[in-house]
Amino acid sequence: MERPHAAAGVPAGRNLDLGRLRAHHRLMLRIRALEETALRGLAEKQVFGAIHPSIGQEAVAAGVVAQLLRDDILLSTHRGHGHTLAKGASAGAMLMELLGRAGGVCGGKGGSMHIADFGVGMLGANGVVAANIVIAAGAAHAIRLQGGARIVCCLFGDGAINRGPFLEGLNWAAAFRLPVLFVCEDNGFAATTRAAALTAGPGASARARALGVPAEEVDGNDVLAVEAAAAALIAAVRGGGGPRLLHARTYRLTGHTAADAAAYRPADEVAAARARDPIALAAAWLAEAGVPEAEIAADRAAAAAEMAAAYDAACAAPFPDAAAAFRDVQDIGSPAEMPF
Amino acid sequence: MAQMSYLDAVRTALAQEMRRDPAVWAVGEDLGRGGVFGQYRGLVEEFGPARICDAPISEAAILGVAVGAAMLGTRPVVEMRFADFALCAMDELVNQAAKARFMFGGQARVPIVVREPIGMWRSSAAQHSQSLEAWYAHVPGLIVACPATPADAAGLLRTAIRSDDPVVFMEHKNLWGLEGEMPDDPDHCIKFGAARRVRAGRDVTIVSWSAQVHVCAAAAETLAAEGIAAEVIDLRTLWPWDRAAVFASVGRTGRLLVAHEAVAVGGFGAEVAATVAEQRAAALRAPVRRLGAPRALIGYAPPVEDAVRVTAPMIAAAARAMVAGQ
Ligand SMILES: Cc1ncc(C[n+]2csc(CCOP(=O)(O)OP(=O)(O)O)c2C)c(N)n1
Repeated sequence: MERPHAAAGVPAGRNLDLGRLRAHHRLMLRIRALEETALRGLAEKQVFGAIHPSIGQEAVAAGVVAQLLRDDILLSTHRGHGHTLAKGASAGAMLMELLGRAGGVCGGKGGSMHIADFGVGMLGANGVVAANIVIAAGAAHAIRLQGGARIVCCLFGDGAINRGPFLEGLNWAAAFRLPVLFVCEDNGFAATTRAAALTAGPGASARARALGVPAEEVDGNDVLAVEAAAAALIAAVRGGGGPRLLHARTYRLTGHTAADAAAYRPADEVAAARARDPIALAAAWLAEAGVPEAEIAADRAAAAAEMAAAYDAACAAPFPDAAAAFRDVQDIGSPAEMPF
Repeated sequence: MAQMSYLDAVRTALAQEMRRDPAVWAVGEDLGRGGVFGQYRGLVEEFGPARICDAPISEAAILGVAVGAAMLGTRPVVEMRFADFALCAMDELVNQAAKARFMFGGQARVPIVVREPIGMWRSSAAQHSQSLEAWYAHVPGLIVACPATPADAAGLLRTAIRSDDPVVFMEHKNLWGLEGEMPDDPDHCIKFGAARRVRAGRDVTIVSWSAQVHVCAAAAETLAAEGIAAEVIDLRTLWPWDRAAVFASVGRTGRLLVAHEAVAVGGFGAEVAATVAEQRAAALRAPVRRLGAPRALIGYAPPVEDAVRVTAPMIAAAARAMVAGQ
């Protein structure tokens, strides 16, 4: 891992909770290691479908999702491994899913783009950009009907704000004053297109504010800043203030998918982003605060070892049987009894 | 048994289901004023605005919200106003509602009922008249119900609301005022995939659903006067569909005619006809036939609109020709 550049100190005046920073750093390392392992699996032909890595964006997952309670609901996108792990899903079951194994969190039937763990309130990544925004409003609507203090957090990319469900979902959440935190995880790109090139106006926050949804912007590579911003917004949401939006600016260090070399980006832009790798920033702050380099290295090694072991276990695990194709389609008129 | 209109039957059944299960709620545009056809009249007074929920004109959100709310254990009844507007929520229905259970490996259940009023309703023109039931029958994960009578509408709606899987529930706009007998039992549920024999006959089987059932029954009446006994079968649900009932009937008559209001090309009649042709060829005394609308749009002016109707004389003529061996 590269050393952070000199300017990357903990901003003055910030009240550093070393324990939390250490936990965030560990979580980000685990997310990074999980995705690097997934990429290894792709190279080794153990992972079959598309992988959208969130490498470089881990501070958003760690900073936002760490603020949620276990009962809270999370909805994510095609780039959702980090969010899912942060919500508490098992890395072992996630890797099994990516490897299409029966022991996967979705039984091997969803893969990367539909990863979900309802047991920890993670209602799914989604293969359709922006689709989760209206579903999130619905989860919050159910919480309203049922009563209770749970909230919903919905993450989406900067490309998603140009789809209709962004307008419909935010309007709905605002009109019904529902407990949702919307998070626009802005990595600058919608697939291989610069999102700003085709997005009118000043972007996600302005659109949210136009609907009466208070919005904040934050440096999405600074896990402490993300956490602080998310904490304030979540407190407002939990307090019954209605929806909020957090616009986190970050950068995708890899291509859109593992197959995308991202040659459309100038090298100096990528180098500058690498110098602000959120994990390196956090490591530098830990070192500055006196955490020995050996301990930081040990955390890094532990994350890599955890994912390597989970990967080995997944490689050795069985695939689902073909009959799984006919399970959980529908009870009445199911393909098991009525193929056609 | 009470005499009731199709509209009052579904209104009554929904109210009964809402009394029975507090997790049931309805969401859609203008429901608080009774809904666009009056099928929610009086419900907000009994159940309040949280359970008879007015929605903004956001079809994708109405359906998407229902999906999310269903995943957390509520049972939304979604009003799409006209089947035509449900097209604004196709992703939410086809990619989300129909697939969540499977793609999340059984972790999600999406018990929603999506009400989509279909069909020609005098001079509603091209965007308020369609019968798109075949689209949904094509989508694994969905159940498709197309009731033709008040009792069936109520009984199928109850089953739909109690179903743990998503149901597309298509009421025909021209049937709202149709009167019929309604069983008093608030638990009278009609099984999905159980056809109803509207009329018995030995010469030709006519299969249909929704409002077209009544057109087929009128054709059968005409045929009876000529000495041709047509058996009319109302499928009631297109997925699952009661192939056993159709096979049994074709086994008796040796002839199958499927008639529907929707466009014939790629219509569900093609599915029924092909299945019988493949699996009951030996029973057939005549080639199967289907009647549906031409692959044309539905126009406003009455003569233009009527040009795409499948009428009783057309059905009678087709059946007559089949029986005559032409
Ligand atoms: C409705 C829809 N259109 C297009 C796609 C193809 N697609 C997948 S990811 C993606 C880019 C999305 O950009 P953004 O929302 O910014 O998220 P990011 O990929 O940057 O995380 C596109 C176009 C899709 N999955 N869904």
